[in-house]
Amino acid sequence: MSQVTVLGAWPSPYVYRVIWALKLKGVDYDYVEEDVLHNKSDRLLKYNPVHKKVPVLVHAGKPIAESAVILEYIEETWPQNPLLPKDPHQRALARFWIKFGEDKSAALFGFFMTEGEQQEKATKEGQEQLRILEEQGLGEKKFFGGDEIGMADLEFGWLAWWLDVMSEIAGVKVIDAESFPRLHAWIQRFKDIPAIKEPLPDRSAMLTYFKGRRATFLALAKS
Amino acid sequence: MAAQNKVILYGTWFSPYAKMVEVALKVKGIPYEYVEEDLGNKSPMLLKLNPIHKKVPVLVHNGKAIVESLVIIEYMDETWKTGPRLLPEDPYKRSQFRFWASYMHQVFEALTEVVTTSGEAQEKAVKETFEQLYLLEEGLKGLFPEGIVSSDGEFSNGKLLELVMFSCFGTYEEGLQEVLGIDVIDPEKTPLLFSCISALMEIPALKESCNPHENMVAFLKSYREDALKSATA
Repeated sequence: MSQVTVLGAWPSPYVYRVIWALKLKGVDYDYVEEDVLHNKSDRLLKYNPVHKKVPVLVHAGKPIAESAVILEYIEETWPQNPLLPKDPHQRALARFWIKFGEDKSAALFGFFMTEGEQQEKATKEGQEQLRILEEQGLGEKKFFGGDEIGMADLEFGWLAWWLDVMSEIAGVKVIDAESFPRLHAWIQRFKDIPAIKEPLPDRSAMLTYFKGRRATFLALAKS
Repeated sequence: MAAQNKVILYGTWFSPYAKMVEVALKVKGIPYEYVEEDLGNKSPMLLKLNPIHKKVPVLVHNGKAIVESLVIIEYMDETWKTGPRLLPEDPYKRSQFRFWASYMHQVFEALTEVVTTSGEAQEKAVKETFEQLYLLEEGLKGLFPEGIVSSDGEFSNGKLLELVMFSCFGTYEEGLQEVLGIDVIDPEKTPLLFSCISALMEIPALKESCNPHENMVAFLKSYREDALKSATA
């Protein structure tokens, strides 16, 4: 039994940010799957009464919610293989991009929650944000974190595995090698890292799951 | 003043995010130059310093820009080691401070919904705001079982949550009461929050940072009118 427990849901990219951070730092943890759609456990509601969401990290019995907050805690508690640079200004830049990812969530995922004309508009909006991310966030760097991956790479990790599945289901090409060459190259590098690749969920299971989610979103939008 | 360690804060008087950073600079005793931005007519400098979001606050230190208010707070604690801490030392307490600071900003966003709506939409926004305030109250109770502001009126360890409370709720409370007729921070609904904010508003350094009441009222009135007008247009 580990001192660290992660409450998660296998399809959630937010959960993987936490799992990746723990694996990159070689921290042992127990994983508990939550049925967030249909049957949240009493434990989850007790540990995250405000948002009632995963991921939640529990360390020595103390819960922490919100993936960005959890990542900062992991970084401070297990400083090996640092995920933030030392320089305060560089750290501020990393945190800026993490906040950018959080704030632009709706714009980035919009293509998946819409159809027809709305989807065209939403896809363009998402691509505008990805353009900013590629040109100003990533630039010429190997990773968002520089030569090594960092917290900002984990924030955008969903682009490396979830985006492709969601694009396929939604029937739109959001990014490709021609339109976003740097992001595309980053995706290949990111996915190649063993600690990143190893826990990734099964693609066909994701297809099934996210097909159901899209159907739900579209039905909700109509009602 | 040498160019070394030169600090400039770009803000707007009614922005709680800018206010929080400004009061943090004061509390930490960091000398700074303040530049007031007109959000209806943003300066070329602001657009150059924060091209992606074009927002305040922006902190410029030694010529480098830092944006996003809570990111600025982290930068301040990491850069200036003298003066009171904004975040506590203990990693778990830090995580709780980060969580609740971000949540308080969320509650403030819910409050703006209350200001910019009327009728049923406003009722819904009010309900949501009070639900969130209740959760905030419960969370703060757990984090500070003995209350936040100590008896001598000085800040306790890790000033951030008090600064957020002051900037998001303290400076807005009276104006909101007058313009909306709503007691957002109600002593019966959220007693801990109420007593903390009341105590904070008495601290001289914070009191002098408050916006004049008439200005807040005028601002909220016109902000509300504009929003309601464009909603029906």
